[in-house]
Amino acid sequence: MGKQKPSVREVHHSHSPKRSLWWFFLVATCIKVLLFPSYRSTDFEVHRNWLALTHSLPLSQWYFDETSPWTLDYPPFFAYFERFLSIFANLIDPQIQKLIWSLIVWSPMLFIVDHVHFQYNGFLIGILLISLSYLEEGRDLLGGFVFAVLLCFKHLFAVAAPVYFVYLLRHYCWGGMIRGFSRLLIMGGVVTAVFASAFGPFFHLGQIQQVIQRLFPFGRGICHAYWAPNFWVFYIMSDKGLAFIFRKLGFSIQTPTASFTAGLVGDSSPFSVLPQITPFVTFIMVLLALSPCLFKAWKNPQPQMISRWIAYAYTCGFLFGWHVHEKASLHFVIPLAIVAAQTLEDARHYFLLSIVSCYSIFPLLFEAQEYPIKVLLLLLHSILMWSGFSAQFYDGTEGNSGATMKKGFVIGWVERIYLIGLVVIEIWGQILHPLLLGDKFAFAPLMLISIYCAFGIMYSWIWQLVYIVKSL
Amino acid sequence: MGKGKKVKDTPSDDDCWWWLVQKGTTAVFITVGLFALLVRAAVSLHPYSGAGNPPKFGDYEAQRHWMEITINLPVREWYRNSTRNDLSYWGLDYPPLTAYQSFIHGLFLRFFHPDSVALFTSRGHESYLGKLLMRWTVLSSDALIFFPAVLYFIIVHYNQSSRSRKSELAWHIAMLLLHPCLILIDHGHFQFNCISLGFTVGAIAAILSGKDFVASVLYCLALNHKQMSAYFAPAFFSYLLGKCLRRKHPILEVLKLGLVVLGTFAVVWWPYLYSTHSILEVLSRLAPFERGLFEDYVANFWCASSVLIKWKRLFTTESLKLISFTATVITCLPSMVQQIKSPSSRGFLYALLNSSFSFYLFSFQVHEKSILLPLLPATLLAIEEPFMFRWFTQFAMLSMFPLICRDNLVVPYLALHALFVLIPNAPGQHRIKESNYFVSYLGSATMHLVLCCYFVLHIVYLTMHPPEKYPFLFEAIIMNLCFSQFVLVTLGCNIKQWLLNKPVKLEEIEKKLI
Repeated sequence: MGKQKPSVREVHHSHSPKRSLWWFFLVATCIKVLLFPSYRSTDFEVHRNWLALTHSLPLSQWYFDETSPWTLDYPPFFAYFERFLSIFANLIDPQIQKLIWSLIVWSPMLFIVDHVHFQYNGFLIGILLISLSYLEEGRDLLGGFVFAVLLCFKHLFAVAAPVYFVYLLRHYCWGGMIRGFSRLLIMGGVVTAVFASAFGPFFHLGQIQQVIQRLFPFGRGICHAYWAPNFWVFYIMSDKGLAFIFRKLGFSIQTPTASFTAGLVGDSSPFSVLPQITPFVTFIMVLLALSPCLFKAWKNPQPQMISRWIAYAYTCGFLFGWHVHEKASLHFVIPLAIVAAQTLEDARHYFLLSIVSCYSIFPLLFEAQEYPIKVLLLLLHSILMWSGFSAQFYDGTEGNSGATMKKGFVIGWVERIYLIGLVVIEIWGQILHPLLLGDKFAFAPLMLISIYCAFGIMYSWIWQLVYIVKSL
Repeated sequence: MGKGKKVKDTPSDDDCWWWLVQKGTTAVFITVGLFALLVRAAVSLHPYSGAGNPPKFGDYEAQRHWMEITINLPVREWYRNSTRNDLSYWGLDYPPLTAYQSFIHGLFLRFFHPDSVALFTSRGHESYLGKLLMRWTVLSSDALIFFPAVLYFIIVHYNQSSRSRKSELAWHIAMLLLHPCLILIDHGHFQFNCISLGFTVGAIAAILSGKDFVASVLYCLALNHKQMSAYFAPAFFSYLLGKCLRRKHPILEVLKLGLVVLGTFAVVWWPYLYSTHSILEVLSRLAPFERGLFEDYVANFWCASSVLIKWKRLFTTESLKLISFTATVITCLPSMVQQIKSPSSRGFLYALLNSSFSFYLFSFQVHEKSILLPLLPATLLAIEEPFMFRWFTQFAMLSMFPLICRDNLVVPYLALHALFVLIPNAPGQHRIKESNYFVSYLGSATMHLVLCCYFVLHIVYLTMHPPEKYPFLFEAIIMNLCFSQFVLVTLGCNIKQWLLNKPVKLEEIEKKLI
């Protein structure tokens, strides 16, 4: 582990940070082991199917990028994260390290999505964090390499590719004709090599068309069956709302035959009033949303901001993308945990965002057996965050009259009301709705959750955007 | 700025948990409590006793059957054999408070899932919703009774104790709420020990804070929930008697306490007080002597020595009853005498441990689950006796291992055991000065040898098959090993309790003995 900077604050280091990281990790592992017999979604079957597929069929019959030949994700994840944090050993107070570590390892979202619902996000996000750590260290070539590998695992991560491209171009491949150009060649070569080793066999077999089709199933609708809390939720609601108003006013509005989730059926649009949205439109919107960030990255490519930029990129992808799953919120919440402890504002923002995005994936676990577990995970996470951040930003303004009153970790009134609203929605969905309305409008509780969380995520996006624009 | 000084005012080297602990006892308790509930909820996902195992199933079916009986039959018939209540199929064999608790839970189950508690037709009923509801009854009982009792104890204990370091407090709460044996039995195997143990902890806390009447009421409630709580009776009795004798009018004090006890019993047994016959009906269910000296393999004296002395063959049940009673009383007498002579809070905790141990080791018809009873005072003493507590818990876990394997709960066993090992070794945990008398008396080589056997036995039991001639060989070895360790722990604690009388400091005594 890196050397600890002796500071006035710590008198002893009778424990090593490495040991405490191991400790957190092992405790989390115990809980994950206990969760073995819990609900498994169809994803489990999907992954199992892929394992069987790749094991039994020859290469010509499987599609590389959708298989994951790993069985347990936490050992590699842990190794990656340990490497990642070792970078920060010189820079961050070990207390913060522990905080970040516990925030991530104990992220209830990872628990719920990976270990109950079943996916391999932990492993993949670990790779993302490795890439970020290399970039923050200044080892751009390695960072780019790891990111290329990541893309070959899950192309969803490509949303941050523009940021990577601009940053690496400006930071790595800059500074003089010869040097810049040669570095560009090197970087390009590395990335191409990675892609070639991944996609090469399929090129050879002439199946690349099929692979691309499988990778980008735009035959699906703009939303998943359960609407991810993104911008399109508002768009759809406004569409329905306007249609309702116009009908009342006497205009004849046809109810659309297409549905939001099933995909583009010929020319018919699922929207009654507002213009239709195609995958291309979403692509443009994501790029537009990304542009301030790209501009900043071009102007001043500094390594410390890279985590924020990448998190922002994934936020934009989440908000404006096509057929986004609610699980995708993992991609920006986890990287934000790294910078969450830097300032009070960051902490407040992260506190809110983490709770909202965790709550938004509650519908993934709909069986009653897991209900106490997911609620307790979220509550525990909230309390730990609260305590951790409070301790971090302890206010010691005694004896300072009038001078800068630095408040401790306190959330504003708006945020408090919003969080209480979450509890209200949960009570409505679980108890009051079945009690009062029975089976009518069965979609309403889920819709409520989507819309309510979408407000929170939009707020996070705006907050991040403002921060990036205001930064140097 | 003031910030720099104030922030690091906290204890530095060992308190890496200060960010949690600085918010106060209740905050720590809530955090640890939430984590403990999470662990319980996770263990609840696993199988229960007798799952999928007709015709008799196991403790889960027994509890469900009691709910069925209590909500479908009038109170007077609960303990009576009749066509509607066949006592040979899991008849009620706990006192009335368990019956009332089953009644309330039965109402809860009937509201959501009536099929699971319908008279007769629900026998052997196993379903997803049924299991969920049953698990939630245990979870709620735990959260409503055991957790507040622990909070009460912690507040009282740490108000009085001079070394009230905040980080120890957090650790102690974690040990109490995350004890693997209790979680595995209550939320895995399926039982309601949390209620009687919760009342007992409440009674102990009341005693420590000087409220004797409250303590008596709570302890009587615990007794009326599970008669096994009587394992603690000598300690309560001798401590309270000792205190009464030191007051101005001892007879009056004793009478007052006696009235409180009788009153509590009268309230609980009210529906059965209309005739001696009905009282005897209930009592006969509580003491099933016909089941013999011991059932299965349990780490107590009779079972361990039955390798050499075949008690069941040499003596009749009647004489065995007398022998075990005498043995229990004799082994329990020293600690009782010490408390009557000089009652003290700390001595009381040791007395609880000693009396429950003497009952466990020498009493009639002891089950391996009864190890939970001595474990409770051991956990309460975890700060004063950390090594003893850890050592004892490990062997208590081992003694329960065959039961765990029968219930297919090996995965939670391993996970909880790992947690139990991890928590005391939390980073930066201040190493409390331990009086490891085991090592000082027997040597560290013996200790390592015993630990080796401990690990090997786990693996052997899981992987190997016993020889045809001795199908219970492994259980016997496990029980004998555990018994030996339990005897050592009991002896050590008895000695400790007697040493409390001496006004000199404990450490000096030990130095003299060595």
